Amino acid sequence: MAEILKRNKALAVNPLKASQPIGASLAFLGINRAIPMMHGSQGCTAFGKVYFVRHFREPIPLQTTAMDQVSTVMNADENVIEGLKAVADKSKPALIGLMTTGLSETQGTDIKRLVKQFYAENPDFAHIPVVPVNTPDFTGCLESGYALAVKAMLEVLIPASSQPGKRKKQVNVLAGSFLTPGDIEHIKELVEAFGLRPLVLPDIADSLDGHLSETESSPLTLGGTPVSEIYSMGDSVATLVLGNSLFDAADLLKERTGVPDYRFDSLMGLEPADSFISALAKISGKPVPEKIERQRAQLQDAMVDCHFMLGFARVAIAADPDLLFGFAQLVAEMGCEVVAAVVPARANILQSVCAAQVAIGDLEDLEITAKNNGAQLIISNSHAVETARRLQLPLLRAGFPQYDLIGGYQRMWIGYRGTRQTLFDLANMLVEHGHHEVAPYVSVYSNRFGEVPLPNPLPQAGEGANEKGIFRKVNYATSASGSRH
Amino acid sequence: MKANDIAELLNEPACSHNTKSKSGCARPKPGETAGGCSFDGAQIALLPIADVAHIVHGPIACSGSSWDNRGTRSSGPTLYRIGMTTDLTEQDVIMGRGEKRLFHAIKQAVDSYSPKAVFVYNTCVPALTGDDIGAVCKAAAEKCGVPVVPVDCAGFYGTKNLGNRIAGEAMFKYVVGTAEPLPVPPEAQRPGITVHDVNLIGEYNIAGEFWNVLPLFDELGLRILCTLSGDARFHDVQTMHRAEANMVVCAKALLNVARKLQTDYAIPFFEGSFYGVTDTSMAFRDFARLLNDASLTERVEALIAREEAKINLELDPWRDKLRGKRVLLYTGGVKSWSIVSALQDLGLEVVATGTNKSTEEDKERIREIMGEKTKMITDGSPKALLGVIKEYQADILIAGGRNMYTALKARIPFLDINQEREFGYEGYSGMIELARQLALTLQSPVWQAVRKPTPWAKSSGLGVELGA
Repeated sequence: MAEILKRNKALAVNPLKASQPIGASLAFLGINRAIPMMHGSQGCTAFGKVYFVRHFREPIPLQTTAMDQVSTVMNADENVIEGLKAVADKSKPALIGLMTTGLSETQGTDIKRLVKQFYAENPDFAHIPVVPVNTPDFTGCLESGYALAVKAMLEVLIPASSQPGKRKKQVNVLAGSFLTPGDIEHIKELVEAFGLRPLVLPDIADSLDGHLSETESSPLTLGGTPVSEIYSMGDSVATLVLGNSLFDAADLLKERTGVPDYRFDSLMGLEPADSFISALAKISGKPVPEKIERQRAQLQDAMVDCHFMLGFARVAIAADPDLLFGFAQLVAEMGCEVVAAVVPARANILQSVCAAQVAIGDLEDLEITAKNNGAQLIISNSHAVETARRLQLPLLRAGFPQYDLIGGYQRMWIGYRGTRQTLFDLANMLVEHGHHEVAPYVSVYSNRFGEVPLPNPLPQAGEGANEKGIFRKVNYATSASGSRH
Repeated sequence: MKANDIAELLNEPACSHNTKSKSGCARPKPGETAGGCSFDGAQIALLPIADVAHIVHGPIACSGSSWDNRGTRSSGPTLYRIGMTTDLTEQDVIMGRGEKRLFHAIKQAVDSYSPKAVFVYNTCVPALTGDDIGAVCKAAAEKCGVPVVPVDCAGFYGTKNLGNRIAGEAMFKYVVGTAEPLPVPPEAQRPGITVHDVNLIGEYNIAGEFWNVLPLFDELGLRILCTLSGDARFHDVQTMHRAEANMVVCAKALLNVARKLQTDYAIPFFEGSFYGVTDTSMAFRDFARLLNDASLTERVEALIAREEAKINLELDPWRDKLRGKRVLLYTGGVKSWSIVSALQDLGLEVVATGTNKSTEEDKERIREIMGEKTKMITDGSPKALLGVIKEYQADILIAGGRNMYTALKARIPFLDINQEREFGYEGYSGMIELARQLALTLQSPVWQAVRKPTPWAKSSGLGVELGA
């Protein structure tokens, strides 16, 4: 069980955290013809928009209640009513997500009452579901905000009456925020391979996968889970819950519908993928397709091939809790040691993370811990590029945001196939970094000093080549726990 | 190369098994042979000489599939890593233009890279068509003003082992004795220490592993004129004849160089290894013995006591992890006994070892170290190896890279011990790396994961059938 280290400093340096409203927005962006609207100042929305535009390289529909100085002090209720009315009137969305921010929460808004008031005053818009969710940014992180929004959607959209199993092939998939559009695409393929029909909530693979369409511009999401389908989730044969952060939402869905569920903390690595495939075989009653068995065998081969590089490798990870848990489990499955683990906020999964300690903190914490514990590789988002450069370590970009990696948003990490590629990439990074070279030594008796080497294809910089120290000490590794020369 | 030249190379008087037959090493059997040719052997032996342009004279297959796959390291020039070949075309072969192309190739290499020397490796096709590489090299050397050394090592001459000897022969014939060593730098002189000049023959500095040992030579006042050929320079090889003692490191392949240095220049030699604590200490003691310097002997003993105490302390935690693990060792023969001692130092049990490329002397030595009970494997086919692993319940296979996938596909831990490997195991500190790599694969959770049957097919027992 991992020891959880609380935040212990006043200043967050190089923050790892993205806010809850951002996370909630992401969940709403996975619904077809939807628009999220943040109840806050216009800056809350503007930053969120830029954040997603840079990550997904897509236009992002995102609105704001535009609280100004007066409404902030006096009362901003009217901003919400007006905002909802304007969006409903102008864009005719299938769903409006309404999440609070630190500003409106501090002010003290009752967002659910405001939605009721909106319907009471505007019966014409009764057919447009508005999903209110409390997501102050002074608590939680992207992942928890996303989970709250998913739960709020279920709360608003799932009718109390349901007939589990009525739709014999329909399987609900509650998709956690650690999944990319590429991941969700693969999940859908896997579910379909068993003759089942996936109903993914939310489905960012359909909205944020980066596709050119006939529609040139839209104030709403293009693609995503159709709202009409969400109503039918109670008729599915089973629910696949992907990500510990969604277990709360899953409780609600199960309670309300009675649809049996299968829960997964992670889909990366052999074991997690095995449990997922086993669940699909069980739900469908069908044998595992040969194609998937082949993918499994390919992953096993990759595990064996890569264990030479990854065994005892010292890995530092900074990510939201579910993603961190998944990566830690994956690299532990390969014999790595997670020597630095940092998350932006508390979560239930943290104590199960395969690491001695998990710190709630920022990228500075990651940097210090990684350095002190001799990490060889970093897994984190694009903000860690500078961290990695300062530590002279390779970085595997994962999570939000990925500003400097084209296509990073759609990379597929999960299942046998995704895991295999991750293992290759991790192993290659360690090989390229020439992590275990013996430092060149030039004899004191040699007349070779001042020899100018040709540009060397191998990374040897800073290893003391040609340094004229007499009897440079032989570097022994200092402990059996795998520390490095 | 003439048949009687080859016969002479095969006749190695310094080999104790030489009386048995004149075939030297086992003759390759069609359809039942793995392992490299003479060209391979010659190239491996000389390629680490870092400031030389190594030109492979032949069509693309020889160089194309072999360049830049060696693990040897240089502390300075990296010219040796640049692949060079005449890449003969059909036209060259038919029209007999190989020699001309070679001449121009040498000139181009000299013009572009200013090497200290050029080595030309002959291969099967030009050997067959009769290119006179000796004459071309001579003419090119005159034209370019740089030594050009022909290494006549066509693959069909014989085995890799023969190729090693051809390489040694070429060095002895064309290079050794053509220059004098520079004086010891005055600032490196220390009072009370007489600097002795020595050579290491057959030390390739794989993954830089010799750099684990070299500082100890400095400390003892042993100047290495040349390591043939790891991290060597052309000038080093030229001065080998001035050494006071030679060590033949593991490989018997370049024994002919040591022998000839003994007969022609009266330099005594011994065979040793830097793998394992015991052998590393032994090597330093042997130097002290041959050099016959009382002060050196004293310093050697002090150094050994210090290093052994230090490394034993550091190896203890690793020994706990490795003790009692059973090893199947299958190497190219010459390295068998030196690795065995290293593994025993770590508390592992070597249950079987490959000997089909070992000389009689190697085998004797193995029996000496491991006892008569040890299984000697002569059939190195994947099926046979896996059979032995099963029969002897070995926990790990230690072998060359080409056997890696034999083990991995059968879900068995593996350690690469050949020259392509990425880790240096020599010397006292190299033992830590060896222990670490062994523990890394033996303890990897991957094995359990891949041996487990698929969850939806619980009856099928994976990893049981060991197919060939």
